[in-house]
Amino acid sequence: MTKIAKLSLAALALIGMSATAGTLEDTKKNGYVKCGIDGGLPGFSEILSGGEYKGIDVDGCRAVAAAVLGDAKKVKFVSLNAKERFAALQSGEIDLLVRNTTWTQTRDTSLGLNFAGVNFYDGQGFMVRKDLGVKSAKELDGASVCIQTGTTTELNVADYFRSNGMTYKSVAYDANDQVVKAYESGRCDVLTSDSSQLYGLRTKLKNPKAHMVLPEIISKEPLGPVVRQGDDVWFNIVKWSFNAMVAAEEAGITSKNVDKLKKTSTNPTIKRILGTEGKMGANLGLSKDWAYNIIKQVGNYGEVFERNVGKNTPLRIERGINALWTNGGLQYSPPFR
Amino acid sequence: MMQLLRNQKVRGIIFQVLTIIGLVAFLWYIGSNTVANIEQRGIKTGFAFLNSTAGFGIDESPIEFSQSDTHFRVFLVGLSNTLIIGFVGIVFATLLGLIIGVLRLSNNWLIKKIAAAYIDLFRNIPVLLQILFWYNVVLKALPVPRQSIELAGGIFMNNRGLYIPRPEWNTTTMAVIASFFVVAIIIYFINKWANKRQEETGEYFPVILVGIAMFIIVPTITYFLSGANFNFDYPQLKGFNFRGGKSISPEFLALTFALVIYTATFIAEAIRSGIEAVKKGQKEAAASLGLSPYQSLKLVVLPQAIRIAIPPTINQYLNLIKNSSLATAVGYPEIVTVFSGTSLNQTGQAIEIIAMTMLVYLTISLIVSAILNWFNHKMKIKER
Repeated sequence: MTKIAKLSLAALALIGMSATAGTLEDTKKNGYVKCGIDGGLPGFSEILSGGEYKGIDVDGCRAVAAAVLGDAKKVKFVSLNAKERFAALQSGEIDLLVRNTTWTQTRDTSLGLNFAGVNFYDGQGFMVRKDLGVKSAKELDGASVCIQTGTTTELNVADYFRSNGMTYKSVAYDANDQVVKAYESGRCDVLTSDSSQLYGLRTKLKNPKAHMVLPEIISKEPLGPVVRQGDDVWFNIVKWSFNAMVAAEEAGITSKNVDKLKKTSTNPTIKRILGTEGKMGANLGLSKDWAYNIIKQVGNYGEVFERNVGKNTPLRIERGINALWTNGGLQYSPPFR
Repeated sequence: MMQLLRNQKVRGIIFQVLTIIGLVAFLWYIGSNTVANIEQRGIKTGFAFLNSTAGFGIDESPIEFSQSDTHFRVFLVGLSNTLIIGFVGIVFATLLGLIIGVLRLSNNWLIKKIAAAYIDLFRNIPVLLQILFWYNVVLKALPVPRQSIELAGGIFMNNRGLYIPRPEWNTTTMAVIASFFVVAIIIYFINKWANKRQEETGEYFPVILVGIAMFIIVPTITYFLSGANFNFDYPQLKGFNFRGGKSISPEFLALTFALVIYTATFIAEAIRSGIEAVKKGQKEAAASLGLSPYQSLKLVVLPQAIRIAIPPTINQYLNLIKNSSLATAVGYPEIVTVFSGTSLNQTGQAIEIIAMTMLVYLTISLIVSAILNWFNHKMKIKER
């Protein structure tokens, strides 16, 4: 009942709330950013044993808090499942959703929401037990597939099996944890999700080495932050907070050298990013050092990536298509000018 | 004027009118606010989404469903799964409740205590926990498909569910099923005739014995007459899992099991209270008329007990149907899981979908209570 209660509450909130814009003012008044995350996905957003939040999505929330409030810690995290997330944003329960959410045409145009960028380029894959002896997704005809409901994953898997003339049995749950538990207990043969998630979820299994991710990637999943439509000031802030992290990596600014560069650099791009030249901050309605705060407290995109999902983490994800465009990847920030 | 206000009747009307005005104003405010908010946020509204393609698969469906079907079809699948769980749940909960309720009044100390312990245990644990408990028990205790347990000829059990052979749909199957209905109708009339004869002449006719005999003999004869051609589609292990036969998912099993066990405790209590409410003097009077204990139960106690037990039992039926929405915890595709869960999320039409789902429950509940109220009315003491 709880989920339905939550959804109904969100629907009720939509009914009862009087129209408000001005998320920036509200955030400044509250002193924190209300940010929706998954909360149970290693590498993206998980709660560590000490109660600390960690992940690439969590750092996205923190970057916005650093830009707006000057303090990356001033975030109120709200854990949401896939079904609750859009209603929570629409109703104003959160102001920003960074929950490995795929940017699609339908979501962008019909839900009253705007996608503010892409913090991770992903694609959907399959994980199976090694002892099943399956080497390719093409051999999965007739398999039971564990899926999280309310995701693009659910639609992609239907398309994939249909277009390959195969059948499958869908076993769908609300929360990622339930999906993993069901897969582990053998309720299904295959777990499907965005491939980055599969690596993260695999670390949660009792014996990660007994499972493998199949080579096929069956979809495009650009994951990014989402805001409500109709508040362009806030939309710009979120969009450029993410751009600032990518731009910082392009310009070679890291959390370690940012102080030094701020004092000594003569490079005009770096000066504009760090607010010692131009009025980028004022244009956004923020202070001059908004991007400096992001880089200093959260880091540039490369640092955030390596810290949460990179080669030295349990997920061991390569930069791949998430490398900067200058290194053959897709991460690209429009110019700070 | 003041005199008019002091008039109790007038004052009553004034307050009622004020209340209605207040209520209408409140509803109007909510409605207009919703529309304004939705427009401002650019959220698409309306029921056009019902005709768009769902695009996702549903594992269990009593009606044909593929991912290229529409969201309206999803609604129908969810609705029929809700009805199935409600029907199966009510039938089994009633049977179990009846048995436990009678056992609770047994003179055997052990049986009485076991029934009481059962009621106390399962009535006092939240049903959601029970669903999760049974679901995890099913998943943990049963083996993977390749090591399935064979219960009896062609019946298999594994952690993907229960697999039973499915009879093929041919003339023999149809004839045998039809013969059951025919026998039921014949017995209904025999019963009517036997009651009438007993009232007029006092002679007794063993309807139950004759009925059981007919239920065995007639379908058997029909079976041989119609070609003795029962063919079963047996489940077979192919690839990842069993194919063919009829499969029942662990989600359905866990949900039904939990709902039946939980609801049966309340029904048992309703039955017990009904029987206990029949005054001792009634049984004594029956005994002194020379009725056997069975006759006394059938003719004197039960007719009175059922009248008392029906209203609380109706409530339990309605509760069972509403509780079936907890299926969302284990992912059984009934209306809440699949329509106000998956469809809602894929389309984002929260208000429309939640409203439709609420309307479904309201309609089902009202129909069930109308049927049972009619039955209740029929069972009432007819005063002469």
